[in-house]
Amino acid sequence: MVELFEIWVYLAEQPLLWLTITVSSYALAQWLFMRARRFPLLNPVLVAVTLTVVLLLATGTGYDTYFEGAQFVHFLLGPATVLLAIPLYQQLQRLQRQWLPLGVALLVGSVTAIASAVAIGYALGLTPSTLLSLMPKSATTPIAIGVAEKLGGEASLTAVFVIMAGIAGAVIGIPLMRLMGERDAAVKGFAMGVAGHGIATARAFQHSEQAGAYAGLGMGLNATLTALLAPLVAWLLGL
Amino acid sequence: MAGMIALILALQLIGEALVRLTGAPVPGPVVGMLLLVALLVLRGGPPPALSRLAETLLGHLSLLFIPAGVGVISYLGLLADRWLAVTVTVIASTLISLLATALTLRFLLNRGPEDSS
Repeated sequence: MVELFEIWVYLAEQPLLWLTITVSSYALAQWLFMRARRFPLLNPVLVAVTLTVVLLLATGTGYDTYFEGAQFVHFLLGPATVLLAIPLYQQLQRLQRQWLPLGVALLVGSVTAIASAVAIGYALGLTPSTLLSLMPKSATTPIAIGVAEKLGGEASLTAVFVIMAGIAGAVIGIPLMRLMGERDAAVKGFAMGVAGHGIATARAFQHSEQAGAYAGLGMGLNATLTALLAPLVAWLLGL
Repeated sequence: MAGMIALILALQLIGEALVRLTGAPVPGPVVGMLLLVALLVLRGGPPPALSRLAETLLGHLSLLFIPAGVGVISYLGLLADRWLAVTVTVIASTLISLLATALTLRFLLNRGPEDSS
């Protein structure tokens, strides 16, 4: 028993253990999602994150220790974003005819993402500082944090809200589009990328490559537009 | 394959450098993505090795968000008193934004996508 404990103590300090757990929790969550015929609430990111958080809390492991292993997976986000160019290129001909509808939809989606967060949060009694931290939630993490800091929000809260918005977009996106009777993968994907950035983009890719391409585009565009619009909305509302 | 990996990393690096230099509100990897689209247009399409790499990584994009998602535990304490209001706000706001974007795009595309070219 003592020996086993010593092995645990050794392994718990090694990056390999938490890297293995990150990938395993994803494999398990992905398997569960497919088994449950893609039941929305069993979204792989949501399930894998929940499993891992429970495991970290149960073993009393800090995030720093966990991240020493998980960083190898986290690092791949950058290269994966660059690779979004390939599905995007495949849609380029169609995109060239659609730049105006996409631009208007982006503007509408970006403004509603920012303004509705402030309106609902205000109605629910959240403080101005929390409201400012909520505004950029639909943008990708680095941009959202930059915006929150500039507006005087709390960057660490924003980091949490971004993850929540992404998971919400990934969970709600496809069922909502089905409810709307939407058939066009471009519409599904673009809305998911704008409202739920990379996490919803990942879900869109599981739906179809075309949806994924449009989601990646929506994510990239909304990151920039949120950075420009959020300060404007904050100023208009006197926040 | 190694050449393709080097290309992707180099494009990300250039993207990050450009963002630092200009202070533009765009993520560095997104700039790398735009550069790669430009390269693909010039070349007339991706080589097979690059397509395979993209398929592999983008097919498991969900995996890549797990470390950042788990990071939420560091801040759970901050939300203790307002987690319900915040959760309702984020979910409702995301739903509204999804609806608004999809309805707008659907309406405009159905009005005649050919007209705008």
